[in-house]
Amino acid sequence: MNLYHIISELEKVDEDVHERLNYISRRSVFNTIGKKVSALAIPTLVATSLNKAYAATPVAMDVLNFALTLEYLDSEYFTKGINTANLIPGSDRPVFTQVAKHENEHVAFIKATLGNKAIPKPTFDFTGKGLFPDVFTNYKTFAMVGHAFEDHGVRAYKGQAGNLMAAEDKPILEAALRIHSVEARHTAGIRYLINIRNLVEETEPWITLNEGTPAGIYTGEDNTMQGGVETSGLAGRSKERASEAFDEPLSREAVLANASRFIAT
Amino acid sequence: MKQLNEGLSVNIKTDRPVTFVARRNFLKSAGMTTIAGAIFLAGCDKDDDPVMAGDNVDLGMGDIGILNYAYALEQLEADFYIRVVDTIFSGATQKEKDMLMAIRDHEIVHREYLRNALGANAIGQLEFNFSAVDFTNRASVLGTARTFEDTGVSAYNGAGTLLKEAANLLMAGKIVSVEARHAAAIRSMLQANSTHFAGDDIINANGLDLSKKPSEVLPAVQSFIKNKLTGSSLPQS
Repeated sequence: MNLYHIISELEKVDEDVHERLNYISRRSVFNTIGKKVSALAIPTLVATSLNKAYAATPVAMDVLNFALTLEYLDSEYFTKGINTANLIPGSDRPVFTQVAKHENEHVAFIKATLGNKAIPKPTFDFTGKGLFPDVFTNYKTFAMVGHAFEDHGVRAYKGQAGNLMAAEDKPILEAALRIHSVEARHTAGIRYLINIRNLVEETEPWITLNEGTPAGIYTGEDNTMQGGVETSGLAGRSKERASEAFDEPLSREAVLANASRFIAT
Repeated sequence: MKQLNEGLSVNIKTDRPVTFVARRNFLKSAGMTTIAGAIFLAGCDKDDDPVMAGDNVDLGMGDIGILNYAYALEQLEADFYIRVVDTIFSGATQKEKDMLMAIRDHEIVHREYLRNALGANAIGQLEFNFSAVDFTNRASVLGTARTFEDTGVSAYNGAGTLLKEAANLLMAGKIVSVEARHAAAIRSMLQANSTHFAGDDIINANGLDLSKKPSEVLPAVQSFIKNKLTGSSLPQS
């Protein structure tokens, strides 16, 4: 939780952020944070201020909570992974440690924006109710499920972008896009390791057709019809290449159905 | 509007390509509104026409302007990777060659998709200057690739809030995550088994990627493009 980074980020997308925050008298609030208020109170204080300041729509708040569910999952998964002895080969640890760090930052960032509207963290079952029993004992399984979670996040954010187009939600749209591309970097970084180690055959940093496990996370990724243009065969490129060139969105319902497999009941 | 285009295109028919800016000025003097001018300009330009090196290229306005901005960047990337694969640097592993060929193909598909989607509104084919790149040198090629991919990601991230149509935002989203995959792959080639694929040099302390407006991106890529790109009519916010 880094309050000053969040404010500084908002400044980048919204030069008037301090003006918007005027009504809470920035000076007094920030002085108070520095002196008296306990650290626990800070996220709620800031988030409440920002929500009011941006007047983000209820739809945007809802999207953020949806995203938070996935960020909770990613954050706990990778944090648990890097803290599990004898799971990740030493050479590959920097990659997963970086992913875990970013996912923790995403959780903190979104929670701060949602404030008291943030949903609590669910209890997760990373075996996917028995589908991946060795997820924290077999590196191949850990890497495979890990990159699938990241691919899933990419699809989930993409599917929600259109719900963040209200003028007052622009700062949230921009932040969501900036998280979205980080999730894509994550999956590609993990996929690169899988490729170099030949852990899973023909895994590349991008998604070919709808190849991947669990299948529900990759449904529809083989689409090549883009905005009325058939991209398969463009300039002689194959259907595989055309499918790789575009990542597909996933509906909220499909995302939640996939995620529910990893949420303990 | 089609009728109007056909009529006017006859009037300004020339035996040499003229710059977009010159055409726009012509229209202004002809009393056209800027908006009608932009539509007309795009309408009368054959999308396969190479623009002359050094010509000004105005990206246009609104969503079409942003898509042309993306099209310009995808042209740059496609042209770059075609040269990379044609003159693969010494010491490239087979896996690296395979990935670079795939990336080349993705960029070609992006370029062709945008050209098709823009149709008559597409800017012409740009000409590039890669004199700063040593295509036989691994560090030069991958370093340039990293710059292009990170720039592409930041450009799409910064353009998202400038788009009006949800369909265009979705298309930008479908492309940007693939650019981010490329960036991470190239960065992994440069520094394997490190944090570099999503390094602290680009991802900030909130876990957010770069985001840049066209006014920041265009000057950064201009040295690689022989035509002068103008984004002055692009949406500002």
